Amino acid sequence: MTDMGQLIEPVIPGLRRYANALVRDPAEADDLVQDCLERAVTRWGQRRGDGDTRSWLYAILHNLAVNRWRSLRRRGVMAAIETVDPAFLSVAPAQEHGLARADVLRALDQLPDEYRAVILLVTVEGLSYAETARILGVPLGTVMSRLSRGRARLASAMAEDTPVRCHLRRIK
Amino acid sequence: MTGDRPISEDDLHAFLDGVLEESRRDAVRRYLDTHPEAQERFAAYREHGEALRNALAPVSDQPLPAELNLKALVERRRKTLAGRRQMAAAAAILCIGGLSGWMGREAVSPPARGIQALGREAVDNYVVYASDTRRPVELASDQRATLTRWVSDRLDTPVQPPDLEGAGYRFLGGRLVTTPNGPAALFIYEGAAAERLAVMMRPMEIEKNRSMSEQSYGALDGVTWSRDGLGFSVVAPRASTDLLPVAEDVRRQTPFS
Repeated sequence: MTDMGQLIEPVIPGLRRYANALVRDPAEADDLVQDCLERAVTRWGQRRGDGDTRSWLYAILHNLAVNRWRSLRRRGVMAAIETVDPAFLSVAPAQEHGLARADVLRALDQLPDEYRAVILLVTVEGLSYAETARILGVPLGTVMSRLSRGRARLASAMAEDTPVRCHLRRIK
Repeated sequence: MTGDRPISEDDLHAFLDGVLEESRRDAVRRYLDTHPEAQERFAAYREHGEALRNALAPVSDQPLPAELNLKALVERRRKTLAGRRQMAAAAAILCIGGLSGWMGREAVSPPARGIQALGREAVDNYVVYASDTRRPVELASDQRATLTRWVSDRLDTPVQPPDLEGAGYRFLGGRLVTTPNGPAALFIYEGAAAERLAVMMRPMEIEKNRSMSEQSYGALDGVTWSRDGLGFSVVAPRASTDLLPVAEDVRRQTPFS
């Protein structure tokens, strides 16, 4: 238990962050992380090597999230950004910052799941390309091409967002 | 030598993510200096990455809620199992409702019956049952004998869950499922990273002996074949594993009688 605790516990905040970014609903995200931890605890003996604990945990979480999306999509439930607790979008509710943060998450939400996952794992969770490939169960080359396309699409989603905001300001 | 390779898109991303090998970094810097388009693009990427990290930092900085306390979680797991099972039963009933609605659509035209149809049916059942995180199976692995008897009776042919431990898949359990071609047995397995794999079997009226064929539907891959009038389909998410060796493993364990 101590060994397991020492290896798993430091990863939990990152798992929560990834889950929140993927499902965009704090309660749903914590449910996922809880499921992930339960599985990790019950299947602790089956993981491959100690160095791998972090990516193993992310892989479990990712697979659970994919399963969940599949069933959510079938029921037609989608989390809108408006339903996200503002506490999850900004620390200090400084108006400009709040807007910018909501913007980048909204732009990310417009991307296909495969691109979102790669961008989040590499950019936010700081995982290596090889770890990301293992977590997603895809070849390294696929990670690179998704990263490249994902970043390009995020940039164009951000660019499209900006004029709208200026426009709204002018009306005010 | 490595410094002479032309700069690729991958190099630029690796540079941005701080993982480019030392010997290439100067070359990338020179490239960016002389390519304002790339420089601007990657400056924007860097900014977006920072914005994402800032936007999501509050989540990881928050104190952990009690339900994510690892020690408490280990303790609580046993107690909550019973309550969860009840919730799952309700969810399963909803799933059945959804499935019969879908089946109604098929009823207007005669169903396809062959291998292709079998693959499609297996995928549909995977989507409904294997992706259920709460209660994917009706009878769990500890009731293997009961499950085997039940589905064999209903299919009117001996079937049993193949052992896929060797391929890294633990048997979770199974259930009887419905297809436009009558009942089928669905066995569900789980890999080391919680990825699900399903093996479906049903009697074949046509195409009774067909060699393996691979299919893909959306994000799922399948391998489907038939032998002595029994059809098999193995389904898993794309690229989670190479399905052919798993399918071979299943085939080696047949016939069951």
